[in-house]
Amino acid sequence: MIPAPSSLQVIPGPHWTFVERHADPVLLYLFGGVLGLLIFASIAGFVLRKRAQGEPARRVVENLNARTRAWWKMSAIFALTLLVGKNGSLVLFALLSFLALREYITLVPTRRGDHRTLFWTFFIITPLQYFLIAINWYGFFAILIPAFAFIFIPARIALAGDTEHFLERAAKIQFGLMICAYCLSHAPALLILQIPNFVGRDSVLLLYLVLVDQMSDVLQYVWGKLLGRHKIAPLVSPNKTWEGFVGGVATATLLGALLSWATPFTGWQAAGMSFAITLMGFLGGLVMSAIKRDAGVKDFGAVIEGHGGILDRIDSLCFAAPVFFHLVRYFFVR
Amino acid sequence: MNRKIHPLAWVIAAFARGLSGVQVRWLGCVPEPTQRIYFANHTSHLDFVVLWSALPVELRARTRPVAAKDYWQTGFRSFLAQRVFRAVLVERGAAARAAHNEDAHEENSQAAGFAVIERLAQAMGERDSLIFFPEGTRGSGETVGEFKSGLYHLAKRRRDVELIPAYLENLNRILPKGEILPVPLASTLTFGPPIRVEEDESKREFLERAKAAVMALRRKGAA
Repeated sequence: MIPAPSSLQVIPGPHWTFVERHADPVLLYLFGGVLGLLIFASIAGFVLRKRAQGEPARRVVENLNARTRAWWKMSAIFALTLLVGKNGSLVLFALLSFLALREYITLVPTRRGDHRTLFWTFFIITPLQYFLIAINWYGFFAILIPAFAFIFIPARIALAGDTEHFLERAAKIQFGLMICAYCLSHAPALLILQIPNFVGRDSVLLLYLVLVDQMSDVLQYVWGKLLGRHKIAPLVSPNKTWEGFVGGVATATLLGALLSWATPFTGWQAAGMSFAITLMGFLGGLVMSAIKRDAGVKDFGAVIEGHGGILDRIDSLCFAAPVFFHLVRYFFVR
Repeated sequence: MNRKIHPLAWVIAAFARGLSGVQVRWLGCVPEPTQRIYFANHTSHLDFVVLWSALPVELRARTRPVAAKDYWQTGFRSFLAQRVFRAVLVERGAAARAAHNEDAHEENSQAAGFAVIERLAQAMGERDSLIFFPEGTRGSGETVGEFKSGLYHLAKRRRDVELIPAYLENLNRILPKGEILPVPLASTLTFGPPIRVEEDESKREFLERAKAAVMALRRKGAA
């Protein structure tokens, strides 16, 4: 059997460093694992670059190495904010929401009459969503955007007086807010769940979600590059193949199950959770690809080397976070 | 002898860059310390600051905006325009009036128009570049308005400098005319290949060509 998580609780001794005294040892083990993966990816990228023959192969390897470099930076930022604690993670995710929303609204045609509404969306509603997590107000957090922003946005646009494409504009702004702020905020909201026998260790759960979700992305990419033949939805995303999907979901689920020692879940429960995360992640990527196709662009931006925009990197997380959050809340918080 | 950049200019430029998340593209020309007139579409108060801050630091100190005297000459605006960004303030429409040189009754305004062009040409001196918005006023951003004749007269007066077209995209959505609070969308600034006034080119032909040069820099599919 998998050992109960509480058996991993170690009492800090006086000889411990600052990080050891303040951070959950499980967090550090997981970070160690990530570090190992990054070192492995960097070495593999170095070897591949030496061996790459011809222009197309070189370009693929260069993109791969650019992605790895970006992974180093993203992992470092995420690890730091996680170690800072709840407020660190909240600031990071609030910033991600803000930047993702910026990428989204930049692509979506809005009109002059939406200006004030957009100001509210960026500077009032999105920060408030994260503030509600900071003060542990779950009830308001859960309805702020689906109920109140949903009413506020069309009302504010109507007050501005421009009726051209009214429904489209209101719907598109609300959709962006749902994806970029509401859905994504469920990842750091894991930090306010009070899971019995897991109190004070929620940051491990956040790391687990992000790890499984992002590994699933990477593994789907890798399996797709290695074996990909049959496209799932060629018009939406030419890079998504059945081979990549099945291989990625299966291996990420397996990895998620193997990490069950770090979580409040048993092995099978962890497998189920990981399966849900990877599946939602896949759907998130697919939906965001469809939006990009609709808008006639390849990426949402060019902020992250090799990856595209922020939203290109976190699209899977936006879909996985609320589902994972509510699965945990329903089954483990009673 | 580097001219000092006002500290507030650095702050405003950094703020504008962050707010507008501007992606800068140089197509058909590169940032060079030659004398130039950058001319762009105009939809927002941010236009000038974003364009200015997109230039390499060593070029900023020698690049001055051309601003409308009636709008920028009083109070805090005047401080911003003249002290912080060393703007060249000119009377709007004076150059246009100057064009009607066959009209004998408008000798005074004609003289005023030429005076404006002369002032701009003098202000450039031996080393400064200008940022110029030939529409004369901020538009809605949906189309680029007709260019006023000032650009033509200035280009003829200073045939030695390059005219660089630039297109500022999305700034009308970030801070449109009449709004105080910005919305932080991402924007693009594209510089294009230089143009010059041809020997036998009429004013209208040149202004249309200049406008087309700016419009050509819009990204495909973008509004």
